[in-house]
Amino acid sequence: MTLAAENLNLTRGGRSVVEGLTAALAPGKITAIVGPNGAGKSSLLLALAGLLEPSGGAVTLDGTPLAALTPRGRAQAIGYLPQSPDIAWDVSVESLVALGRLPWRDRGTAAIEAALAALDLETLRTRPVSRLSGGERARVLLARVLAGNPRWILADEPLAALDLAHQLALIAHLKACARAGQGVAIVLHDLALAMNHADHVLVLHEGRLAQEGPPADALAGEVIARVWGVSAQWLGEPGRRGLVSGA
Amino acid sequence: MNRASLVFAALLAVLLPLSLLAGRVWISPFGDGPHNAALILAELRLPRAVLAVVIGAGLGAGGAAMQGYLRNPLADPGLFGIAPMAALGAVASFWLAPLLPPAVAAWSLPVMALGGAALGMAGLALIAGRTASDGAEGAGGGIALFTLAGLMLASLAGALTALAITLAPNAFALSEIVLWLNGALTDRSWREVWIAAPLTLAGIGVLALAARSLDALTLGEAAARSLGVEPRRLLVLLVIGIGLTVGAGVAVAGIIGFVGLVVPHLVRPLTDRLPSSLLLPSALAGACLVLAADSIVRILPLVTELRLGIALSLIGAPFFGWLLVQMRRGRL
Repeated sequence: MTLAAENLNLTRGGRSVVEGLTAALAPGKITAIVGPNGAGKSSLLLALAGLLEPSGGAVTLDGTPLAALTPRGRAQAIGYLPQSPDIAWDVSVESLVALGRLPWRDRGTAAIEAALAALDLETLRTRPVSRLSGGERARVLLARVLAGNPRWILADEPLAALDLAHQLALIAHLKACARAGQGVAIVLHDLALAMNHADHVLVLHEGRLAQEGPPADALAGEVIARVWGVSAQWLGEPGRRGLVSGA
Repeated sequence: MNRASLVFAALLAVLLPLSLLAGRVWISPFGDGPHNAALILAELRLPRAVLAVVIGAGLGAGGAAMQGYLRNPLADPGLFGIAPMAALGAVASFWLAPLLPPAVAAWSLPVMALGGAALGMAGLALIAGRTASDGAEGAGGGIALFTLAGLMLASLAGALTALAITLAPNAFALSEIVLWLNGALTDRSWREVWIAAPLTLAGIGVLALAARSLDALTLGEAAARSLGVEPRRLLVLLVIGIGLTVGAGVAVAGIIGFVGLVVPHLVRPLTDRLPSSLLLPSALAGACLVLAADSIVRILPLVTELRLGIALSLIGAPFFGWLLVQMRRGRL
């Protein structure tokens, strides 16, 4: 089930943030959306989730414009994880994860249990969210998305503010989702994470698609120099690469 | 029905008969009370108790819904324009009533109060109901916009009410307005019950339709929308639900503050803290609080009965201060 942007234009607060962007995201893969600050990454993710109405063009899910879906139908198909959302009430882990079933209007006990198990949260199920560490909280928020069994998982910088171990653990969970056939698109700032873990990379620059393709191509030194204005090169083996700046 | 609902339903079951017996004239449950006990019960105590339950339930449920919508434990339905607009309508009726035929004038207060509430609802929906299509923080025109629109309406209604008091046609009207604004259930009859009960029940029903959407807002506006919440529908449900519950209460009893603020805090520790879990128990707890407060003001040994609105504000204001301190300490 392909999620695609077709000649997409996005405007926020009267300002154009994405212009003429066309890209197709395939399920079963991790697609990383990268770019400098203000490149339009989060706006693109919102539009892909159907939460930002295009000012031109369209976002389609298997050829159907998202605008043609009901909010509930869209919510069943696409799970969206905002960047570190604040949680208004000190609910238990289990109650928070169960919110993922809202689009289905069912108790979804099996799906909730599966999401808790997938992210190793069974022992924390009764703990209030205020008493979770940053890593636990990130897992709980992802479990909330998984509980809805969406065909697409869109996450805005899910690894920000996590230490290395928790970053790797969370990305392993996302990889497992992709292996299971779900589509995964994540906004990332850390280019090394995108290089080592993504299957496909979209590079945004000033609201336009500057480059896309496999990480090795989309994040080549020449692209980094052009988009970020930084001279840098990759060191190490594929899957374990590190970015070193400087000529 | 969750644990909190059971607790407050049981408490209400105890308080209701006690309230019927309590007053300047105590009535014995064993039938050896005053000769007109049946009349006092049927025509004075029972409608007053039922009205206390109805108004308390509306304010409690309205408070729980409002706190859920604004994601803020300090929200109160009275803060957002509808109650002050209803009060303005009621105050206007004190001016208008002398000009109307007596049969119509008798209904002018509740009708105009409800009209004020409806006007407040329309104003809120008109200003805050615009859909933000650019995905900026603020679904459906935004919770911040809703809050500001409500505060603007509350401020405007407060100023116009103050003006109406200042320009009161005579001293008697002035006294009537001030007394009425302080909120009370004194001398209320079945007529007021029949006005307030259906509207309040309908309002609670409308708020119940919004319950799961309010749960989704726990995660913020963007996540709620991603879960299928339709911001405009939610706003409309909230405005109608709060308008009916609060408007009906103000129309028959005047301003009774702080119930909507205090009650959800009493209930929250007994629930999983999601707004949907709070609605029914908050309605029951609100009923208990108003019923208990009204029974107490009735038996206080004062020359004139303490106004219910004043009594509840005397309880609510320190509680509000305590909440602020708890928030500062990060316990809320």
